[in-house]
Amino acid sequence: MDELKKVILDYVAKEYLEEGDDRQIGEDTPLITGGIVDSFSMVSLKRFLERRYSIQIPDAEATPQAFDTVTSIAELVKKFRKTEGRSHGVQHQGP
Amino acid sequence: MSATLTHPTYEELCANFDWATAERELGVSKTGRVNIGWHCSDRICRLGKASKRALVWEDFHGNGRTYTFDDLRVLTNTFADYLCGLGLGPGERVCLFMDRIPELYIGFLGILKMGGIAQPLFSAFGEDSLWTRLADAKTSAIVTQRKHVGKVRRIRERLPELRHIVVVDADEFILQEREVALALDRLPRVERFEVFPSTAETASVLHYTSGTTGQPKGAQHVHYSLVSQYLTAKWVLDLQDDDVYWCNADPGWVTGTSYGIIGPWANGTTQAVLDSGFSTERWYAFIAKHRVTVWYSAPTAIRLLMRDGTGVARKHDLSSLRHLCSVGEPLNAEAVIWSREAFGLPFHDTFWQTETGCIVITNFPGMAIKPGSMGKPFPGITATVLDPRTHAPCTSPGTVGLIALRPGWPSMIRGYWNNPAGYASKFANGWYLCGDRASIDPDGYYWFVGRDDDVINTGGHLVGPFEIESALLEHPAVAESAAVATPDPVNMEVVKAFVTLKPGFAGGPDLELEIMNYVRKKLSPLAMPQQIEFVSTLPKTRSGKIVRRILRAKEFGEPVGDTSTLMDE
Repeated sequence: MDELKKVILDYVAKEYLEEGDDRQIGEDTPLITGGIVDSFSMVSLKRFLERRYSIQIPDAEATPQAFDTVTSIAELVKKFRKTEGRSHGVQHQGP
Repeated sequence: MSATLTHPTYEELCANFDWATAERELGVSKTGRVNIGWHCSDRICRLGKASKRALVWEDFHGNGRTYTFDDLRVLTNTFADYLCGLGLGPGERVCLFMDRIPELYIGFLGILKMGGIAQPLFSAFGEDSLWTRLADAKTSAIVTQRKHVGKVRRIRERLPELRHIVVVDADEFILQEREVALALDRLPRVERFEVFPSTAETASVLHYTSGTTGQPKGAQHVHYSLVSQYLTAKWVLDLQDDDVYWCNADPGWVTGTSYGIIGPWANGTTQAVLDSGFSTERWYAFIAKHRVTVWYSAPTAIRLLMRDGTGVARKHDLSSLRHLCSVGEPLNAEAVIWSREAFGLPFHDTFWQTETGCIVITNFPGMAIKPGSMGKPFPGITATVLDPRTHAPCTSPGTVGLIALRPGWPSMIRGYWNNPAGYASKFANGWYLCGDRASIDPDGYYWFVGRDDDVINTGGHLVGPFEIESALLEHPAVAESAAVATPDPVNMEVVKAFVTLKPGFAGGPDLELEIMNYVRKKLSPLAMPQQIEFVSTLPKTRSGKIVRRILRAKEFGEPVGDTSTLMDE
């Protein structure tokens, strides 16, 4: 498992699993449909990702489907890390 | 569904309306015996539907279980017998704190059969929310799952009346003090159980609901509520004998019991239940697989479905659907129009609340829908809008006033638990005040305007600002706080907190996230502020009371109103 997925997985386990909840979660465990993270809690998970990786995830992209597994969340983060990297690059080439 | 159904007109439904119609159909009266648990299971079997499917349940993995009405009868007997065996008796509060698993639905009726008061609580509640409600009700037992036991363990020392913690999926789980395992499918099935001889006014269900001030209040229902819930389910949800009905609501909230258990099962309707979080694909697949015909959903869910477009809906065979309803918050006109596009059917908005126990204003099947309107009062419900100052009915169409109902319909709550003053405050001039504002057009349709208090309606759930502010104040960095609603495109409103910090703390994104998670764990994800604004002062009256309405008005871009009583900054 790559570092990004590990960070997300650890955060989900720490923040959203109840103490004593012995469910094992992996990178493809359904988080939203599985009832581990609900659509309201998703907002705090999104906020964590944005802080940790200095990205902005538009609300339109922060869908229950995109947040349903650690794998899909990692894909989302990678997408916006690239996008923001590009936009920073463009800015740096400006006058 | 084969034949097209014809429906009576609204005027026909109202003409000579009498709740006694429902009493006759159910075989109950105000003076005789009535027990919701028995009426939803044994009675349906006696009507010759013992082998009919009562519950078609599925989890998010696709694992399923099916129960007939005879299974429901026997398993609710078994559950009731088990509770009696623990020494629980009539009138004791038994909390159900579970996800939407079959034991929740069976347990609800089982508690009622043994004369207990069912106290369902949303399983996402954090320990503070749970404690507040269990302590107020002096709950004797809680039925829960392994994954939620941790929350109960952290508060049980502060709950001396809580004698039993029943774990329905204990298996190898190591139980602690006061905890017992209940494996319903391994218990001997109890064919005959002496159902508690409850009567119309015997307490049945305790649902906690939030207000502007103080902690949540326990809305106390009675067994006679069955009459309203049965008839509104039959007429508004239009339940027919061959329907497969799906209610999205969790029984931790009143919709999930009135129309996720009592109304449909009192009508002998097959219910489909999906124990899964939201997923457009998953939901449509569930409808298609189980050939759902009647669907009771909520605007927040509908707006999420809208976001994914009609194309996703068309990938699935949703042709079984024939009637759609919505509840929880006003259904915007766009959602009604969109559902016609996506499903070929409009969603019918319904309005009611925990205290009413049943739908009170609604769009009936066959009635012309004015998209965005709440519809008209259910027959037998006398509704109006009142002038906010005089509490006299507004006489001119289009005038905005307070939605008010004449008390006396069968499912109206009989009080707030331990809180007669709170209950009395809900009435004026002999009217029950819903706490919402609306207008009535010349055709008699009601149009929702907004809440009349500081309660936050997020995703169809009411959240009280006081409870959130109390939790915020327990965070070491927070000096003062105000929780208000802020507009949200999906949930209608979400919680926003304005916070002043104690000396030595600096506001910033990290502290914001920390406080968000703090409230989420203590109360619930619904109560978590989705935005936190760190401010130097909060608007207050000269007597020092924080004025939320100023903050709320600014969030909604509305005039802030009279500020003459505010403390100078």
